[in-house]
Parts: sequence; C-alpha cells; structure tokens
Amino acid sequence: MKREVPIIITFLTGFLCVIAFFIPHPPLGDLQQRFLVWYAIVYGFTMVLGLDSLLKYNVKKITQRKEGWQYSYVLLFGLALVLVTGFQSWLKYGTPFELRSSFMYCYIHIIVPLQATMFALLAFFISSAAYRAFRARTFEATLLLVAAAIVMLGRVPIGKMIWSEIPVVSDWLLNIPQLAAKRGIQIGVYLGGVVMSLRIILGIERTYLT
Amino acid sequence: MLQSIVILGLLAQPPANVIAYDTPNDEGSSITLMWERSPADSGDAILFRGYEIYRSESATGEFKSVGFVPAGATRFDDGNSEIQDGKEYYYIVRSVTDSGFEDSAVVGPVASGAQWFNSQRVNVLAIALLVSLLVIYYIRRAHAGGRLFVRKIAGLDAIEDAVGRSTEMGRPILYSFGLSYLNEVWTLASLSILYRVAQKCGEYSTRLLVPHYDPLVMSAAQETVKQAYTETGRPDLYDERDNPFLTADQFGYAAGVDGMMMREKPGAVFWQGYFYAESLILAETGHSVGAIQIAGTTSVEQIPFFVAACDYTLIGEEMYAASCYLRPEPQMLGSLKGEDLTKAMIIVFLLCGAVLGTLGILSEHFFDYRGLSVLFERIVQWFNTF
Amino acid sequence: MRILDRLAHIDRRLIFLTIGLAVAIPIIMKLKMPIRISSEVRSAYETIEDLPEGSVVLASIDYDATSAPELTPMFRSFLRQCFRKKLKVVYTGHIAIGLPLAQFDLDMIATECGAVYGVDYINLGYRPGYTAVMIGIGREIRDFFAVDYRGVPVDSFPMMEGIHNYGDIALIVDFAHGLAAEYWIQYVVSRFGVRMFACVTGVMAPTLYPYLQAGQITGIIGGLQGAAEYEVLVGQPESAAFGMPAQSIAHLFILAFIVFGNIGYFISRRKK
Repeated sequence: MKREVPIIITFLTGFLCVIAFFIPHPPLGDLQQRFLVWYAIVYGFTMVLGLDSLLKYNVKKITQRKEGWQYSYVLLFGLALVLVTGFQSWLKYGTPFELRSSFMYCYIHIIVPLQATMFALLAFFISSAAYRAFRARTFEATLLLVAAAIVMLGRVPIGKMIWSEIPVVSDWLLNIPQLAAKRGIQIGVYLGGVVMSLRIILGIERTYLT
Repeated sequence: MLQSIVILGLLAQPPANVIAYDTPNDEGSSITLMWERSPADSGDAILFRGYEIYRSESATGEFKSVGFVPAGATRFDDGNSEIQDGKEYYYIVRSVTDSGFEDSAVVGPVASGAQWFNSQRVNVLAIALLVSLLVIYYIRRAHAGGRLFVRKIAGLDAIEDAVGRSTEMGRPILYSFGLSYLNEVWTLASLSILYRVAQKCGEYSTRLLVPHYDPLVMSAAQETVKQAYTETGRPDLYDERDNPFLTADQFGYAAGVDGMMMREKPGAVFWQGYFYAESLILAETGHSVGAIQIAGTTSVEQIPFFVAACDYTLIGEEMYAASCYLRPEPQMLGSLKGEDLTKAMIIVFLLCGAVLGTLGILSEHFFDYRGLSVLFERIVQWFNTF
Repeated sequence: MRILDRLAHIDRRLIFLTIGLAVAIPIIMKLKMPIRISSEVRSAYETIEDLPEGSVVLASIDYDATSAPELTPMFRSFLRQCFRKKLKVVYTGHIAIGLPLAQFDLDMIATECGAVYGVDYINLGYRPGYTAVMIGIGREIRDFFAVDYRGVPVDSFPMMEGIHNYGDIALIVDFAHGLAAEYWIQYVVSRFGVRMFACVTGVMAPTLYPYLQAGQITGIIGGLQGAAEYEVLVGQPESAAFGMPAQSIAHLFILAFIVFGNIGYFISRRKK
C-alpha cells in the first residue's frame, strides 16, 4: 500500500497533465499552471528543511572541531546578517529589493563580487582542463584539437587579425558539425526523457520511490 | 513632410473588412479581430499611429477602449477576464493619426467560448501516441519473455571500481545532483544511480557525502541513501548530516562543494544531474584532489567539459538508461527497445525529409517544378504548428 | 630535453598565473582591437531597427550577479537602441535578485536617453511562477502584474494602455544565463508566435543555435564577444569591447599551453 498509493497519484497526475495539454477547456486548460503554483508553494516550505539541514551540518562541524570549523562561524554569521537585513529592509521599504535597502547593500557589495569571482575562476579552470585534455593522441583527438583552436581564435578579434578567414571557418564549425552533433544528442535526450516519463507514469520506474 | 502628415491625418480612413470571431483553441474569454490595413497606414508610426479597439455589449451602447496596436498591425486578440463566455459583444476598430481618427463599421455580435480540443496540436498528439504505443508494445513483449540486449555503459560499470578504490584509500565518496530540481526527469534518473552507489557504499562501509542545492532533492536523496543502507544491512552507516543542504545559489553551491572536496579528499566523485557553468569548476577541483570522476548529464553544453575533466561521462540519454542498465528487468529493457526504434524512425524520417527538401530545390532550379518544394514546406509547416 | 619533457606536466598554478596576467595586462594597458560583426548579432540588432516607433518590447531579466559582466553590456546597448528608436520597454524577469541588479542600468540609460518612466518604459518587477508567468501573460498581463515594482497600479501609466498580452508585444528580448531563453522559446514563441531574440552568456549561446536556424528566434547575442559586437552596432563601445583584447590574448595563451602540452606529450611518447 505504501508503494501503490504514490504510483496511483503519479499515474493520475501524469495522465491529467498530458491530456490537459490537448484540452484547453476549463478546468483542464490551466491545470499545469495550477500544479506549478502548488509546486512553488511546497518548494517554499522545503526551504525550512534546507535551513534545518544547513544549521545541523555546520553546528556539528563547530562542536566536533572538524577541519575548517572556523568557516562555519562565517557561514552562520552571513546567514544571520542576510536574514536580519532582509527583514529590516522589508519592514522599512515593504520589499527587501529596494535599491536603498541594507539587504541590497549587502547583495551588491558582498554577494555580487563573490559570485563574479567564482564565475571568473572558470577562465583558469578552463585553461588547465584544455591543457590536459587537448592532446593529439588519435586522429579524432587531433581533429578535435584543430577545431577547438580555430573556434577559440575565431571567437575573438585577434583571429581575424591573424587570417581574415578564421572567423568564417569558426562560424562554419559552430553552425554545421557542432550543431549536427548537438542536435543528435538533444534528440536522444528528449526521447530518453519522454520514455523515462512514460515509465514513471506507468509505474515501471520505481527506483525514486524508495 | 509636415504637409503630408497633415494631409494623411485629415484623410484618416478606417480599416476595411473587419471581422471578429471566437479565438480558436483556447480556454475561452477571448475574441480575435482581424482587418485589412487602412489605406492611410503605410506601416510608418510617424504618419499613422495605429488602431484602437473598442468593445461594447450592444451595437448601439457605449463602446469602451480595450487595446491599441501600432501601425501595420492587422490583428488583435481581446483576451480579457472581463469577457464572459457565451455573452455577445460588438467591436469597432478605429484608425488613429496625429490629427484625427476614423471608425470602422460596428462588427458583431460575437461570443467567446472554450474548446474541448486544441486542433493545432494534432501533430503533437499523433507523435505522442506513436511513441507511447511503440514503447508500450515493447514493454509488453519483453514482459511476455522476449530476449533483449543492452550495450555496455562504461561509466555505470565503473561504479563498483570507483567505490572499491575509495574504500582501499580510506577516503569517502562524493555524489552531486548539480543544480537539479525534483520536478525534472534527470533528477529521478540520478536518484536511481545514487541508489546503486549507496548500496555499494553500504557493502564496503564507505562514507557517502551528498551535498545539495535543492531541499526537495535533499529529502528524496536522504530517503534513497537510507533505504540502500538498510537493504545492505548497514542502517547504522546513515548520517543525515552527510546529506546536507548547502545553498540554492549556483556559485555558492560550487564553492561549498569545492570546499568539501578540498577538506574531505574524496576518492571517487559522481556528478550526476543538471549542471551549468559550474561544471568545470567542480570537475577540475575533483581532478586536483585525485578523485576518480564519473559524470552524467543531459545538459548538452556541459558534456564537453565533463569529458575533458572526468574519467567517465554518461552522455545525454545514457543517464536515462541508467536505471534500466542497473536493474535490467524485462519491462525496463523493453522501454529502451521502444525508444531505440522510435529513434530509428526519426532518423529515417530526417533522411527522407533531407532528400525531399534537396530534390525540391533541384527540381525547382532545373525543371521549374515546385511540387516537391510545396510538399516539403507543408510537412515542415505541419511540424511547426503548435 | 628534460625541459621539453616537463612541457607535458606544467604545474597548473603556473597556467593560472599566466592566464591571470594575460587578462590583467591588456585591461591595464587599455589595448584596443577591431571587432567583426557576426550575422546572428546583426540580425538581432536589425530586429529592433525594423520595429515601428511606439512598438512594445518586453525585456526579461533572467540573470543575476554571476553573469552580469557578460550580460550588462548587452542590456545597456539594448536599452540605448530601444530608447533612441522611441520603442516602449516593459521590464520584468524571473530571477528575483537579478531584477534590482539590472534596474541600476535601466535607470541609468533611461536618464541618459531622456526616457520617462510610465511613458517610455515600465518596471513590472518580479513575480514567482516562472513558466506559469510566461504562459499567463499570453492571456492578460494584469493577471500577474496588476501593479509595478513599487506597487503602483499599472493602469495608472499611459504606456500600459492597450498592453494586455503577447498580441500587444512586438518583440521579446531575453537576457539569460540559464535555461530561461529556451523556456521562452518553448512556452511563448511556439505558442503565441511572438518574435524574440536572446542575449545569453558565452556558455549558453551554442544551445540556442538550433532555434536560430529553425527561425524560432531572430538573433543571438552571445558572450562578451556578442556584447562587444552589439555595442559597436549601437555606436557606443564600452566595457565589452574594452574586454575583447584581454579575451583575445588569454585565448592565445591557452592555445600556447595546448601546443606545449602536445610537444611534451610527443617527446615522452617517443621515449617510451
């Protein structure tokens, strides 16, 4: 019974959503939208679960003096700071997203630079990954290497300065072979998604119901 | 120029042949109006401002403005919650210039209504039915005892080696869903891979860390790990705090997982889910701590990064096939067979389409015959209607 | 020979340092380079150029701080082009924290171009629901946005008169770092037939090429390169165009490392 009820709910929900796609008449027309709103409500509440988990994890680190436990204090302080400034801004301006609020001050002067820094790390990691991965081990790997070099040069102004046709070749590589491979993978992904959904709706796929 | 504006303004003529009808294929409360452009409307908003639409409940009653569309427009959808299905309405379309306006004749009565079938989606219905019937047919056939084969997926075969290697090194395992949410199909596929990894961790008594981006996925993953440990007879291994929620922020999550990897030095890392720009930040850090890495994602643009930085990568649909591969029951394998056949049909159809399109162009160019091109365009149009 | 051998195993910290310098030095020295305009950026630019005066353009902000360096220059150029063409801009989005971030640019460019709030542009703010909001606007925008970001009823602004649904919107421009652009195409462009082009990060741009080829979107402005091209087309090159020399030189250094790695690899293979 513990397994049958979720399978029945999954079947009914999935089936209704599929037929609602073809039937605009109320009450089916906006069914998917209604389900999405329910999901948004449930999702809001699960944030409390997340907060509980985050606190437990970091308190454990502090009490057990695990490696890097000091950073957990920084995290808890940051959490408290964002909560307090969020509520204060909400009370003062009616929304925490008012540009003059203390919440937005923290966001713009702490979170924005931190996020941009993390994103910028990509430039370094991509260099080391490219250095390791692009080795002409086989004929195919050599082709990949040459294509990567042309696209890298073609996407920046210096490519045209080296040879005026590099951007043209780069565009061709992006628009023809790259796109063909990508479409092939994408068709497979979407088809795989459809079949997996079908398995879930029909109750054959049950691993997620543990 | 000024003179011409004044002249056109004085001569603002109404749009011709205004028609109003119930908007098709919708859930009601919408009426569509179409008209032919006013002779004064050259599509230039400086000379001719546009059309104002008025609605009334009676032909002679007061008309209320319900919308404005700029010069050049010939259609307006009056989709408004004020409109009651079954009730009759009347419309006027007014041409507006800087110096004047002119109304069309009153059109109506017209009433809105909801439809029971969206006829524009016949194509989707036909394809969905075809795919579903094929898959169901093969599931039933497999159930009846047909012999089915599934090719090797190296990334999934490597799960046991990866967990074993970590155990020998005395290091934990790290598993990440990336930025996946629970309402996405790939998350459910990833849960089945997590289940197998957790089973192996249970067998080898190896610690399994699963940091999360989404609290709902966290709850599902906690249950999955708990169940797998229980089934292998090691429920004592489960610790909720090894399955923590980190943050719902993309790079905050990447920083948190990187930090965890640097401190815990996992021997094996599984990246199974949906990833964005953080994929390489994560995989490169995993590589730097010497972990064996098995990635799997349906995010096509992140696949190259994982291929470059990881030892094994499940590409696209291989992730969806993972549950069938790990639990090769006839019904599961039957669905894969159905999927393969659908894919073969798509390939044949694409080839036929490409040949038809090419022949169409050639026949038009050399023999001045448009029949094939028209047929090709009709087929494309049928697929594009949605 | 040992030095050549080592080329196959360069310490990644040395790679990081070199790339850091390759990016920093051109920026410090304020180098300049000519910028070639690609067809996908030109067609995005021309989509706006072809709109008649007074047309409504919906700008959706679906990015936040992480991708602001790539997307902010695009958003600024877009606003300049729209306000100069006397188009009306409806500003909304699906990332709660991204909207106030881009609002800085909206206010700044509006002041620069003399655009008036409520007449030339409106900030509708954020509403939760994501795809539900996208689909819902197809019926009536007021179902979700009865008031603007400050809680003022939208019907009190002259530009909102006559804007009800996608039938009244001439173009959607999505500024996105995630899947939002694909959602706009799948849920809105396909269903409601609105024209759209996308401004996305360099990582996301290749995902959208199939939609461009299929004619579902009219252009793609992708990454810093796309932003630089768009700045040049709008006639006001700024931070993106300024960043291109740094990106060019960084690419050259990455290529040099790849070449070094291969030399080292071949030497060690020959020895074996």
